[in-house]
Amino acid sequence: MTSVFTEDGNQVACTLIEAGPCVVTQVKNEEADGYYALQLGFGEAKPKNTSQQMAGHFEKAGTSPKRKLIEFRDCDLDKSIGDTVTVEDVFAEGDIVHAIGKTKGKGFQGVVKRYNFRGVGDATHGQHNRQRAPGSIGQASYPAQVRKGMRMGGRMGGTRVKVKNLKIVKVYPEKNLLVVSGAIPGHKGSTIIIEKKY
Amino acid sequence: MNAQDAINFVHEQFNSKKEYPAFRPGDNIAVSYKIIEGSKVRIQVFRGDVIQINGEGATKTFTVRKKSNGVGVERIFPYASPNIDEIKVLKFGKVRRAKLYYLRNAIGKKGRIKERKLFTAN
Repeated sequence: MTSVFTEDGNQVACTLIEAGPCVVTQVKNEEADGYYALQLGFGEAKPKNTSQQMAGHFEKAGTSPKRKLIEFRDCDLDKSIGDTVTVEDVFAEGDIVHAIGKTKGKGFQGVVKRYNFRGVGDATHGQHNRQRAPGSIGQASYPAQVRKGMRMGGRMGGTRVKVKNLKIVKVYPEKNLLVVSGAIPGHKGSTIIIEKKY
Repeated sequence: MNAQDAINFVHEQFNSKKEYPAFRPGDNIAVSYKIIEGSKVRIQVFRGDVIQINGEGATKTFTVRKKSNGVGVERIFPYASPNIDEIKVLKFGKVRRAKLYYLRNAIGKKGRIKERKLFTAN
């Protein structure tokens, strides 16, 4: 992330996204697949790490092996198999987009970090080692069990998340770069899906 | 593309290419800052000592501290801000550290910055 100044002097925190170029590797249609979708490939993969099945799939599209394949359902881009999709084909300055990605893994976390429980908030008045404890997790001999879905500590992060309504500050087609205001899920260098909002 | 290359590229595009006189922590400067009120633009001068220079590149900032009616006031300016109209260096200070946070608690003579004498040709 970084920040840039808009013309009216406001500083905007933004994320840089390398968006494309993508290659159309398959066009799914109503007759054969039951729905219409464009399958886009992004990023170069080593041929030795590509299985023969996938190598054949890429050969059909007439491209080199790609690292990521993602399907965009009911995509209104007028492209056929083997075509290249660039940033400017889809996005323009001022567009509103959603970013879908996998969040950073946080490991095993307690309820305070994971579910924003407030903790005890007091170190004295009889508290000992209980500052970040969840408190009561149920009632008594009825129901005599902890209800399903009770929020407790556990693995946090590493889940698929969609961040909505990010604004495109700038598009640089020559570098395939998108400058988007705000933060997106995941670590540096992770792959994300950007959807345009209509 | 490398992430740092991408950031450098974007910073280059947004660079306002404004040049300000060189100053460092301890210097007394006057920053003319544009204030936009509706459609009118007014220029306000903030004069004080530079107590820190932070960051690098497009996110580099400097903090100016002044005493206003006996109350310390600090203001952080981004170097790249298009709202900075002009910076004037009024006095060069002689200080021994890069971050002058001690000035916040310094009273009386301790809170003063000695002037740095600049060598001239003759």
